[in-house]
Amino acid sequence: MVKKSGDGFTPTGKVYKSTTLPKPTKKKHTDLGLKDDDLLPLFHSMYKQRRFEERAAQMYQKGKFGGFLHLYIGQEAVSSGTVAALNDDDDILGAYRVHGMALARGSDPGRCMAELFGKKTGVSRGKGGSMHFFDLERHFWGGHAIVGAHIPLAAGMAMANKYNDNGRVVICFFGDGAVDQGSLNETFNMAQLWKLPVIFVVENNGYSMGTAVERHSAGELHKRADAYGMKNAVVNGMDVFTIIEKVQEVAKDVRETNEPWFLEVKTYRYRGHSMSDPGNYRTKEELEEFRGFDPIERLKTYILKNKIAKEEDLKAIEDEIEQIVLDAIDFAEESDFPDPKELYEDTYTQDDYPYHV
Amino acid sequence: MAILIDMPKLSDTMEEGVIAKWNVKEGDQVNSGDIIAEVETDKATMDVEVFDSGTILKIFAKEGEAVPLGGKMAIIGEEGEDISSMLDGDSGSEKKESSEKKKEESKSEQKEDKKESKDFDPLFGDIEKDEASSQEKEKEESSSDDSRLKASPLARKMAEKEGIKLSDVNGSGPNGRIIKRDIEQFDKSASKPAAASKSADSSKVVAGAHEDTPISQMRKAIARRLSESKFTNPHFYETIDIDMKQAIAARAQLNELPDVKISFNDFVVKAAAVALSQHPKVNSSWMGDFIRQYNEVHVAVAVAVPDGLVTPVVRNADKLGLSAIGEQVKTFAQKAKDKKLQPDEMEGSTFTISNLGMFGIEEFTAIINPPNACIMAVGAIRDVPVVENGTVVPGKRMKVTLSSDHRIVDGASAAEFLQTFRKLLENPMNMLL
Amino acid sequence: MAVLQFREAIREALTEEMQRDEKIILMGEEVAEYDGAYKVTQGMYKEFGGKRIIDTPISELGFAGIGVGAAMNGLRPIIEFMTFNFAVVGIDQIINNAAKLRHMSGGQISIPIVFRGPNASGGQLAATHSVAYETIYAHIPGLKVMYPSEPGDAKGMLKTAIRDNDPVIFLESEQMYGMKGEVPDGENLIPFGKGKIKREGSDVTIVAHGKMYHVAKQAAEQLAKDGVEAEIIDPRTIKPLDIEMIVESVKKTNRCVVVDETHPFCGFSAEVGFLIQREAFDYLDAPVQRVTIPDVPAPFAKNLLELWLPSPKQVIEAVKTVTYRN
Repeated sequence: MVKKSGDGFTPTGKVYKSTTLPKPTKKKHTDLGLKDDDLLPLFHSMYKQRRFEERAAQMYQKGKFGGFLHLYIGQEAVSSGTVAALNDDDDILGAYRVHGMALARGSDPGRCMAELFGKKTGVSRGKGGSMHFFDLERHFWGGHAIVGAHIPLAAGMAMANKYNDNGRVVICFFGDGAVDQGSLNETFNMAQLWKLPVIFVVENNGYSMGTAVERHSAGELHKRADAYGMKNAVVNGMDVFTIIEKVQEVAKDVRETNEPWFLEVKTYRYRGHSMSDPGNYRTKEELEEFRGFDPIERLKTYILKNKIAKEEDLKAIEDEIEQIVLDAIDFAEESDFPDPKELYEDTYTQDDYPYHV
Repeated sequence: MAILIDMPKLSDTMEEGVIAKWNVKEGDQVNSGDIIAEVETDKATMDVEVFDSGTILKIFAKEGEAVPLGGKMAIIGEEGEDISSMLDGDSGSEKKESSEKKKEESKSEQKEDKKESKDFDPLFGDIEKDEASSQEKEKEESSSDDSRLKASPLARKMAEKEGIKLSDVNGSGPNGRIIKRDIEQFDKSASKPAAASKSADSSKVVAGAHEDTPISQMRKAIARRLSESKFTNPHFYETIDIDMKQAIAARAQLNELPDVKISFNDFVVKAAAVALSQHPKVNSSWMGDFIRQYNEVHVAVAVAVPDGLVTPVVRNADKLGLSAIGEQVKTFAQKAKDKKLQPDEMEGSTFTISNLGMFGIEEFTAIINPPNACIMAVGAIRDVPVVENGTVVPGKRMKVTLSSDHRIVDGASAAEFLQTFRKLLENPMNMLL
Repeated sequence: MAVLQFREAIREALTEEMQRDEKIILMGEEVAEYDGAYKVTQGMYKEFGGKRIIDTPISELGFAGIGVGAAMNGLRPIIEFMTFNFAVVGIDQIINNAAKLRHMSGGQISIPIVFRGPNASGGQLAATHSVAYETIYAHIPGLKVMYPSEPGDAKGMLKTAIRDNDPVIFLESEQMYGMKGEVPDGENLIPFGKGKIKREGSDVTIVAHGKMYHVAKQAAEQLAKDGVEAEIIDPRTIKPLDIEMIVESVKKTNRCVVVDETHPFCGFSAEVGFLIQREAFDYLDAPVQRVTIPDVPAPFAKNLLELWLPSPKQVIEAVKTVTYRN
């Protein structure tokens, strides 16, 4: 007899291959408006994120700070490519795996490390931690840790930009898990209806925590936008040139038409969801395969192959970054914790009223 | 420069990690990011990666061994580098030592570390401080006021300010709680000697003309019980005049029998008891949210003693003969005098009689003895001229006054009871049946 | 001094503020072309146009969040919920984003936003449409909560709310929209945390806000006939709370009854009771009493609903208890 109830609801026991990468762009950097001199800063940006997070993991493992630590390692092409493609005053929002984006946007590594350590010199003055980086000077708007809850915020920010006719574009990053939230669907509807200048980007790294995308989302992610008549595309997120090409193109369109976009960027995180995740839901072979597409190695190879710089030049950048990151750790270590009175600052409190006691 | 690889924090809650597998051996070359070992934590088997490049110069812990968080796992450096200074102290690999002992040592060390670093447990806070404060709390509690008087905070404050002892005040609030108006009224009346003697006006009293007596337990009990009764129970009073001619005759007859000595009070107790059995409404108690009617009749008799009064109980008085009642009352009176009355002899009454006839009191009102519904105040038998069949003749009359709790007994019920009572005394043979 | 309906007083506040500051926008379901579900925003679409008076789909989570995002980026949105019973769908945006972003960003972000609309019961609407939410929002640090009881208060309080740089929850009542009252002419800003003694008395303090003020008022009128003079304090702002005014009154009357349409457990009345207990302990002649809805959802049946809602009779009973009159 055929059991209609099947084997349960979300199939278990099977390890899915999480994602397959679309083809990267064939364009050369010069086709994207990049000069040779732009490539070393791009490498610098990506490697800085990588090394910062490796050391951050080490500091976490040494018990220098607590809480959650979600690493972005493997996805650096997305952040660096986006920043390269946008204007400096375009507004960026991210989710809780956000150190890389802040660093790519130019946030000071010392202040970022200090935020991880919960020090008052941190980008959020020690009140946000790993998941809540904010650096408004750089139009970096967080750092949001309720999955999908910042998607409407991005639309609202775009609404204000449109209201003020300031030409700024909002770009909002979230993970594949956030696509399942109601907030995305409600926001897509209004963003399209109201023609808001916002780019929604799902960084599909294959896993919503430990659940492969095939097990948590029906259909292709970028096609959600079709239901709202929203323009959308899916691109390779392991190749920085592909990101630059697509974000440039999309941002231009958004600026011209005031219409939103939904980009699905296929990428991969090498690390677990958080520091205590051994990643048993995927195979070592899969991880190795994607390490083979490593965005930093890929750019390095391109630079060497096209003789834009020498091996020693890149080594010098790596050494420089090593020092930057070690200095950042020293800065974080030496910084003070927030003053106790900070507990009652940056929020409304009634001075003459004994709520807090 | 050589770098020490410590047991990393691979889960938020781990205290130690067991080396599941080494992927490298001493002498191997490693690069930043390489997984050099697998470690079992309290949650999962996790990879241990290195964040620097170099040669594995030393491995401290073997596979299967537990290394505490932050304990030495390995050293990375340049080949041939002198690492002797880093080999000192305890490590995960001190060979052949019992691993049990090692664990304990390292654990205790860890605890000390924690204490030194911050005296603060993220879950339980500053434990030592908490202990101290809880001790203080205990002290406070043990020294707290033993008074269980109920008073509103305001009443307490007012009483304290005006020098009024709360124990002197009758609470009129729920459960006898002393409230603002009790203090205000107390102050105004200033009728209580205790309060008056303390007031500033005491200078007006002639010096030496008074004597202060400490209050006995019995007085306290009387004060408390009767105040509560008088202020809580809505009293009403009914007086009836009874022709005692027949009762006097009957008593004289009975007392002619050998060994029999019956008092008028015994007649009263018996008559009341029989009347109660016929009027159970009067034989009741107010229980707050219901009224309890008793099937048995237990009559308390107020007996004067030097420093107050007691109320021993004649049980099932309606079923006892006059002489049995008389004997019991006599025994109680003697016991009361000798202070030998037992508490159970004074408990469980359903009605109380107070007789002041022997003092020549014609009539008076009594305060209900809780939890009774009523009390009977008995006056003296008086010689009075009465009109019988149109002519004035000498008569013997006695007045009794019934105090009733209006919550339980209404005027008519009380009157009916008194009517029955009078009939019994006016025709005493009826109650002997 | 003009006599206005409650809804007109609110509309005046909205209109005057929008005329004053062009960064203010108003969003919600049916606020624009429909002229407001309860006609609060009547005529405003015509005056300000679709760029500032914005109809939203029925997506409370979405438009609450869009409002917060707009507030982050320089606008001053007013979000109308058709009722706060629907705001629950978007409450994550209020609690996690509006209330916390300023603190979590170390003060870099401010959220000048007002969430407003009818609160609590509105007749026989049963369980999902009858909840009073002031307690829930007041529980969250970073939010200010206002609930006026009369048109005059409503206008002055709403203007204060709109001008504030932090999120404010502004609660109204569909049952009060038609209620008329005097509204002072001109600017009359009523600050946060400033209650009002709406009736003076010496025998008992009754704390009542929003719709419950009118229940307390009826009870006080009846009690006066029996010789009990109640002092009614309308705190007007729930958070920050004018506890000082309440405590001073209790020190005078020695007794307090809190009338509150939220559920009793951890409710507004519990907070007020606790604070009186601590701040005025030595002045209390009776335990603080409260009249609230019971700890069950709102029923539909008329007779059950009447039992469920706080009534003047219950207030009178509570006053009798604290004045030892029963």
